[in-house]
Amino acid sequence: MMPEVTTTPRVGISGVEHEAKLERLWESEPGLKGFLGTVDHKKIGIRYIVTAFVFLALGGVEALVMRMQLAGPNLSLLTPREYNQLFSTHGMTMIFLYASPILSGFSNYLWPLLLGSRDMAFPRLNALSYWIYLAAGIFLYSGFLTGNGPNDGWFNYVPYAERDYNPGLNQDFYALGMILLGISTTVGAANFIVTAFRTRAPGMSINRMPIMVWGTLTANVANLIVVPAVSLAFFLLWMDRNFGTHFYQPSNGGQVLLWQHLFWIYGHPWVYAIVLPAMGMVSDALPVFCRRPLVGYALVAFATVSTMILGFGVWVHHMFATGLPGLGMSFFSGASLLIILPSAISVFAWIATIWHGRPVYRTPFLFFSSVILLFVIGGVSGFMTASVPVDWQLTDTYFVVAHIHYVLIGINVFSVVGGVYFWFPKMTGRMLDEPLGKLNFWTMFIGFNLAFLPMHVTGLLGMPRRVYTYGAYGGWDTLNLITSIGSFLFALGVLLLLVNVLKSLKSGGPAGANPWDAYSLEWSVPSPPPPYNFAVIPTVVSRYPLWEDRLGEEGLRSSIERGMLLTQGKQTIGTSGVDASPDIVLQMAEDSYAPVSLAAGTSLLFVGLLLKSIPIGALGVAIATLALIAWMWPSFELREREPEHG
Amino acid sequence: MAERAVSRPQDIPLGPTHRVGVGRWGIWTVIATEAALFGYLLFAYFYLGAQGPPGWLLEPHPSLKYAVPGTVIVLLSALLTWWGVQAILRDRRVQSAIAFAVAWLLGIGSVWLQILDWKAKPFHLGTSSYSSIYYVTTGFDVLHVLVGLVIFFFLILWTALGYFSARRSLVVTVSALYWYFLTVTWLAIFVTFYVSPYLGFGQWQ
Repeated sequence: MMPEVTTTPRVGISGVEHEAKLERLWESEPGLKGFLGTVDHKKIGIRYIVTAFVFLALGGVEALVMRMQLAGPNLSLLTPREYNQLFSTHGMTMIFLYASPILSGFSNYLWPLLLGSRDMAFPRLNALSYWIYLAAGIFLYSGFLTGNGPNDGWFNYVPYAERDYNPGLNQDFYALGMILLGISTTVGAANFIVTAFRTRAPGMSINRMPIMVWGTLTANVANLIVVPAVSLAFFLLWMDRNFGTHFYQPSNGGQVLLWQHLFWIYGHPWVYAIVLPAMGMVSDALPVFCRRPLVGYALVAFATVSTMILGFGVWVHHMFATGLPGLGMSFFSGASLLIILPSAISVFAWIATIWHGRPVYRTPFLFFSSVILLFVIGGVSGFMTASVPVDWQLTDTYFVVAHIHYVLIGINVFSVVGGVYFWFPKMTGRMLDEPLGKLNFWTMFIGFNLAFLPMHVTGLLGMPRRVYTYGAYGGWDTLNLITSIGSFLFALGVLLLLVNVLKSLKSGGPAGANPWDAYSLEWSVPSPPPPYNFAVIPTVVSRYPLWEDRLGEEGLRSSIERGMLLTQGKQTIGTSGVDASPDIVLQMAEDSYAPVSLAAGTSLLFVGLLLKSIPIGALGVAIATLALIAWMWPSFELREREPEHG
Repeated sequence: MAERAVSRPQDIPLGPTHRVGVGRWGIWTVIATEAALFGYLLFAYFYLGAQGPPGWLLEPHPSLKYAVPGTVIVLLSALLTWWGVQAILRDRRVQSAIAFAVAWLLGIGSVWLQILDWKAKPFHLGTSSYSSIYYVTTGFDVLHVLVGLVIFFFLILWTALGYFSARRSLVVTVSALYWYFLTVTWLAIFVTFYVSPYLGFGQWQ
């Protein structure tokens, strides 16, 4: 008998028996198989979030040690060599191991729930991207812990990174670790893109996607295109250091600026990649606390995409002081100034949403609305340094350090912590403590501004960044002391978040399905959601499926209770890219050891490359190849091939 | 109470069929990121050449002895792959397996020609930035072709095992797309490294 090739999904409502069947199909096995092999996007998302917060804590402790060193002039807590490794590792940790993975974590957890789907498009790829991220983090940190951390700043300019000036293993750890991390980012990006275009609930046409999906999608299209630039930059550096090539060595026809171009072609779009999804969180969650839809949805979506398009053409503003021709710099300066337009669209949309709404001052609202203020401050200092002559004055001073922290902490960390308060009830079924949350917010907000607002002045007074100490002249000492005090206060605020999470995990009040009376699909399922997310696939007719009645919209209503049942195996629905009409029943992968084995083999290969050990490298390749063969072997269950004797 | 909009799907494919399935989107993301990688390699070549000192081009007129036959072989291999795909879409498994086997052998031939080209060069990896970018770019290409050859090996095996049919053939069509991509990549490398010097790139004194 030939197996069926097409099917007409049955439509109905859920019931006890139906849900029990789905539970059996989707639940991960207990024990080791479930732990190592799970492909559940919710488990993977939480792993991402927890791991990224561990790195946030590590990077934070590194920052505190530096702030102790800089609290007064001529202190000697750290040697210059230790200080170099600390500030480089702090940058690497926060930018690469925290800021992007934390957003991947939220998106991994939330996307299928926001989109009305049962999993990401490629569940096993999802597991792979987490395991490789974890391995890359461990790889990079084993360098740091053995005294071989990066020591040339997070953007790692040559020639100092070359072997002649930097003979230890520091740069080899950094180069290989970043290439490994790039694999994780890239496969994650591929998964997000396909998920966004192919697994939205029927009816969720592209103009009904949550802004967070727009943000993460845009960021990951960029990742897909720019991550190879930095991976290549690091690979060429590693070749220069170990195999006698001359990419960055002028004595043999190499170019020092090739590094800077390749790094910033990646580096600047990356900045948008770690803020656009966070801005999307604000655009989606802030309206819930304003009790009205976001003002200017289409404009905000447009601004998200156009920020990134402009963002591809601004990388040279990191290189204004390298002596490039004036005409070229003018172009990049102009493009950088233009970014203010889409940024302002988002800011004014948020302000208008609050203005026209009835704000509810809960903790998430405080975090999300503070993002607006901090983004404006960080945006204005960025606008200033986009101008070539101003940049010449300010480059390599603490002004730039203040700018990057306003952008990254202001937009990324404050949105993320707001996101924790907002979605923790969904993830755990328990509310975070509200009074403690308000205390948490004010400690972080006051600490952050105390630390970084005066830092603009430190920079204007000419204090260069990345010096391990300074003299008691120039009026830098009081400002630095204030910054150090503020940074400890800020750290205390982050600690309060941890306290609140640990306390509420045990004793937080029950959340119910929709504690904030929010509008999007994730709030229509129980908290925490069942392994299959949606018992029936919802059908969506608006951007605000749970608010349709009160918004008094004309016409049909979204259907949450009644929809496609899809119980012939692990199934979800694939829809067309733009208007989201169902066009395929997707057979989803079961839990599998292949991703974790592939990650282990790949990591072993990188250890082999680091140690230049052929046996270790070959073993890694062998394991990775076997894992890939097992993964790719056409499966009948996934309908990739005909049955055995068909 | 307004009426609910319930999706009433038609008869739709169950799992990947023909050319429809998420795998097809997946391979396009792979191609996008790999194309970017080779784009940056070629950017590095042009940047190093444009900024480089006189005489940067170690071989002002690169030898075409192996590169031209290599190009012809690569194109033939792509053509046979296309023929093999057309065959499986018509349920002709034997024809498909033969086509892939010949395409596979041609792929091996292209790697062999590249190795001969490497050996014939009057310089080595560490001679200058020109030799570095030449060996690294062509090396990346060979590495990708080797991965493609492993994929081909399994395609032939799976086709011979009767796994694929006109309906269940997404694995085949998607793998073929990757092979076409490598063909285009080689053409870009060929034009950059072997043709552009004849057009005057890097010839200034």
